[in-house]
Amino acid sequence: MANVTNNRPLSPHLQIYKFIPTMAMSIVHRITGGALYFGTLLVAAWLIAAASGEGYFNLVNGLFGSIIGQIVLFGYTWAVLHHLLGGLRHIMWDIGYGFEKEFSTMLAKANLVASIALTVVVWAIVLIVR
Amino acid sequence: MDMRTPLGKVRGLGSAKSGTEHFWRVRTTSLALVPLLVFYIVFLIIYAGKPYAEVVGALANPFVATINGLTVIASIIHMRLGMEEIIQDYIHSEITKLVLLILNAFFSLAVGGLCLFAVLKIAFAG
Repeated sequence: MANVTNNRPLSPHLQIYKFIPTMAMSIVHRITGGALYFGTLLVAAWLIAAASGEGYFNLVNGLFGSIIGQIVLFGYTWAVLHHLLGGLRHIMWDIGYGFEKEFSTMLAKANLVASIALTVVVWAIVLIVR
Repeated sequence: MDMRTPLGKVRGLGSAKSGTEHFWRVRTTSLALVPLLVFYIVFLIIYAGKPYAEVVGALANPFVATINGLTVIASIIHMRLGMEEIIQDYIHSEITKLVLLILNAFFSLAVGGLCLFAVLKIAFAG
């Protein structure tokens, strides 16, 4: 049987459109989502180590405390916060608000700025408390 | 002329055999995850780098353990559905798509199972 779907016209894709903030944040939302998917392994490692005993816990804590571990965790924190804020924008759109061009562009930029700012705040507090 | 069976009309589903459950579950889990993750972040701010006994003691608290378990459940449902969407969007070969969808389900359930076991073990056995 001939594959009829092969000859159908394609809708325009990414490279056809001008790169704008809402588009960029939409892409970042998906990328952070994908990263968080694998990032759950970090949480799993931490919880399982805590359940397995002091030796394992100290080992994982040591890995997380290393320079590379801290960089990964910093990135993970940012990904969580960016995805969380992006999710709130999606909920807003789902219930029918915030589609105006200027407003949605402003929110897209705010999403990036706020996610970075919040990440820095969270880490600053962690480092001060510690 | 309406060719649908009475049962089909009542169910209100088209040829896809499913409605908006996927969308709905993504959104409800995302709403649940907002307060849960805020709690989680605050918890980690307080306990990051603290000694073993102190962290396990805090994780064994009934309130913390419940929040922890709920976060794990909401997270694995949300991440499985999200990855499903990504796979369906970008993978066009039918067999690869099937394999990845199955691996996605296995990975999510494995991570969720391990996390839940750890949460419960700490809560009940320390």
